[in-house]
Amino acid sequence: MTLEILGITVLGVFLFGYIIIASIDFGAGFFNAFSTVTGKEHILTKVIQRYLSPVWEVTNVFLVFFFVGIIGFFPKTAYYYGSTLLVPVSIAVILLAIRGAYYAFTTYGGLKHKRYTILYGLTGLFIPASLSIVLTISEGGFVTMEKSGPVLDYWALFTSPLSWSIVVLSLTSVLYISAVFLTWYAQKAKDRAAANLLRKYALVWAGPAIITATGIIVEMKDHNPEHYQRLVDVWWLFGLSVILFAGTVFLLWKRLAYGLAFGLLTGQFTFAFLAYGISHYPYLMYPYLTIYDSFTNKAMATALVIAFIAGLCLLLPSLYLLLRLFLFNKDYVQGNRNDHA
Amino acid sequence: MGNGDSVFFSRVLTELTLSFHIIYATIGVGVPLMIMIAQWVGIKKNDEHYILLARRWTRGFVITVAVGVVTGTAIGLQLSLLWPNFMELAGNTIALPLFMETFAFFFEAIFLGIYIYTWDRFKNQKKHLLLLIPVALGASFSAIFITIVNAFMNAPQGFDLVNGELVNVSPLLAMFNPAMPSKVAHVVVTAYMTSAFVLASIGAFRLLKGSNHEYHKKALLLTMKLGLIFSIATAVIGDFSGKYLAEYQPEKLAAAEWHFETEAGAPLILYGVLDNGEVKYALKVPFGLSILAHSNPNAKVIGLDQFSKEDVPPLYIHYLFDLMVTIGMWLIFLSLVYLVGTWKKWPFIFSKWFRWLMVLGGPFSIIAIEAGWWLDEVGRQPWVLRGIMRTKDAATASGHVDTMLWLFAGLYLILGIGSAFVLWRMFRKNPVEQELADRAADKAGDMK
Ligand code: HDD
Ligand code: HEM
Ligand code: HEM
Repeated sequence: MTLEILGITVLGVFLFGYIIIASIDFGAGFFNAFSTVTGKEHILTKVIQRYLSPVWEVTNVFLVFFFVGIIGFFPKTAYYYGSTLLVPVSIAVILLAIRGAYYAFTTYGGLKHKRYTILYGLTGLFIPASLSIVLTISEGGFVTMEKSGPVLDYWALFTSPLSWSIVVLSLTSVLYISAVFLTWYAQKAKDRAAANLLRKYALVWAGPAIITATGIIVEMKDHNPEHYQRLVDVWWLFGLSVILFAGTVFLLWKRLAYGLAFGLLTGQFTFAFLAYGISHYPYLMYPYLTIYDSFTNKAMATALVIAFIAGLCLLLPSLYLLLRLFLFNKDYVQGNRNDHA
Repeated sequence: MGNGDSVFFSRVLTELTLSFHIIYATIGVGVPLMIMIAQWVGIKKNDEHYILLARRWTRGFVITVAVGVVTGTAIGLQLSLLWPNFMELAGNTIALPLFMETFAFFFEAIFLGIYIYTWDRFKNQKKHLLLLIPVALGASFSAIFITIVNAFMNAPQGFDLVNGELVNVSPLLAMFNPAMPSKVAHVVVTAYMTSAFVLASIGAFRLLKGSNHEYHKKALLLTMKLGLIFSIATAVIGDFSGKYLAEYQPEKLAAAEWHFETEAGAPLILYGVLDNGEVKYALKVPFGLSILAHSNPNAKVIGLDQFSKEDVPPLYIHYLFDLMVTIGMWLIFLSLVYLVGTWKKWPFIFSKWFRWLMVLGGPFSIIAIEAGWWLDEVGRQPWVLRGIMRTKDAATASGHVDTMLWLFAGLYLILGIGSAFVLWRMFRKNPVEQELADRAADKAGDMK
């Protein structure tokens, strides 16, 4: 394995981690708001908040890790993406900031208001939508090289069917991932009513999620034939992904093994993510930037890999402890304990 | 918007984000240590008051951390968005500490999550205290790593530029640059100092507002003691920072001290104003600058005459330097008087005006932090990477920076007001007296 591949793999793992746990978080916020509007908050709010409380900062660090890491391994991305993404990423940052701070203010600070809960829920949809633009741009066709550097063509971006399909995909996946996870969590919490409602949401969002995902592959044919061809080459990964998807839906439908259902969902997204990643290779931004011509020097790459391994030795036991204390701790999950400072 | 404009707005936006982040970041670095000390004292002395102190500080702390985290995420992304050319270079040379910083964040975030949700879970308080150690370490290491990056911007090394190509990159050499030891030490210690005085402000304020509870007195005494220790350390390490400047960034020191002509036995200029290149109303300490820069009254100190005009930083940093040092000296004095006075039972220690002075200690330290960073960053101008890359060449060419500036300014306004409001409410709604009574009642209930 070359250092380039190793670097992009490390970043891919963390990006994937962020996608999954942030989706759970964003979706949870949305369902929470939705249940407030529809008068079902007594069913959902408790379960959702119990899960979210101890982990939101950890979720954020996954994102930070990704964007700091990509500058480290592929410094040229700072130039290409940094120059072009000012507006969409700034908007995402502002929304993330409002969301994070508001969350802390309410849970730790005791500020409560229905209007804010709804606002909070909506940011959970706008953030993935604005972040997903990064993926769209990476497909090429929206950035041109001018004398002053790379420039983003907003008009092309806003009128492209591809960018809107990716936005819709990000929304449906967020809701689907989140609902499946929370179904399982509510089940563990022995909260029947919540589990039933969340299961229903999961089933509702399953269809749209898979349809939009397929839709994107079709869009790609027109937009970026090269990428499309490479996507078709790894059709078997998508096949596996669809099988796992069917498995999740089946289990939910039959009300069986929600934990396994979430496991299958993770598998489904892993394969889809892999397929997408492999077919995107070697480009970081079509057609200007590949992982090879943007890679850092050898000395830095080696140092980063060593730091990464050392960091992981610190990180994995700590993450395990966190999960054991909150996610897999019966008393905590079932709400028998609340030892908040 | 022309390129000149985007440089200007990028600078303003960077200044704004960093100046806002640093308030919360400094508290984030220092307060875990204070909580740790309070909880430890509480366990040692078996004193419920100190434990409650730790607990209440923790509640406030999670709010400041939240704002620290979101503004930190903003500045992290903004560095690439606003300074893409600089970050491309930085990614090749100084990415290692930036990357390690994310692990420090992880470590801190994970254990903070655990710590705040396990307050009564352990029979043995000591076990719970152990969980705080990684939080404090993670926070301090965030500061250490990011300050290393900043030190590198002041004294870049560990690579060669040959015909515009980067060669011979050595990440470790880049990290251990000459600016690093004094800068890291000064930043970390000032964070501890600031946190101590900010917490002391709260105690002093409560006493001023009529509470006479033992709890606040203990809190004030503890934090003032810590404040004294850390402010003395700050001054000592600040002196090293000055010596570092004399050696490696003489133009910054000369600009900060209004030292125009290179000379031996240079005097130190305190305060004063600059009027058409002439220093007026200043206090002159003979040989002061030579002592400060080289510990030798007859040493030669390089003046601004040695530099070409376009390389001289703005001269207003002198005011920032004076402000920082004055506050540092004042707080050493104030905490010393308070401690001696408490011990000797001097009556004015308990007077209203003296308590007001202690309330002001927290805001003053934060002003010193801001002044220090502005001194440091403006004093590096016109360079973003000293001697290598000019600030104006580092900025984005994007045309929307001004709009983003307004958006972020709005965001910080909301976050600032929001966090202040929530903290205020939190402590208003749940006074110590009430909480102590509740806990006593709980305990009595458990006994039965
Ligand atoms: C509570 C805050 C505080 C206080 C009381 C002081 N400082 Fe400071 N100072 C800082 C907070 C700070 C800082 C925010 O941490 C800076 C900004 C950048 C840095 O490296 O540290 C700084 C920078 C800084 C620099 C510039 C370093 C550089 O640009 O590389 C010098 C020379 C000093 N300090 C010296 C002092 C002295 C002699 C003090 C005497 C008491 C002092 N500081 C008090
Ligand atoms: C958190 C404390 C910090 C504060 C308050 C601060 C403040 C400032 C200020 C006021 C400027 C503008 C100077 C001018 O334009 O005249 C500036 C510039 C800059 N700083 Fe810092 N800084 C801090 C730490 C850092 C660190 C740790 C880094 C690097 C990782 C950094 C990176 C930059 C960059 C890239 C610029 C752009 C140059 C410019 O705007 O002039 N800063 N900072
Ligand atoms: C250019 C300068 C800086 C950048 C890019 C930066 C970046 C960040 C980021 C991305 C976070 C969020 C981490 C998370 O998600 O948990 C953060 C938080 C934090 N930053 Fe900064 N930071 C800068 C300056 C500083 C400085 C100068 C200090 C210390 C003196 C500092 C100390 C902290 C701490 C302790 C946190 C954790 C949050 C808290 O405990 O309040 N940062 N920073």
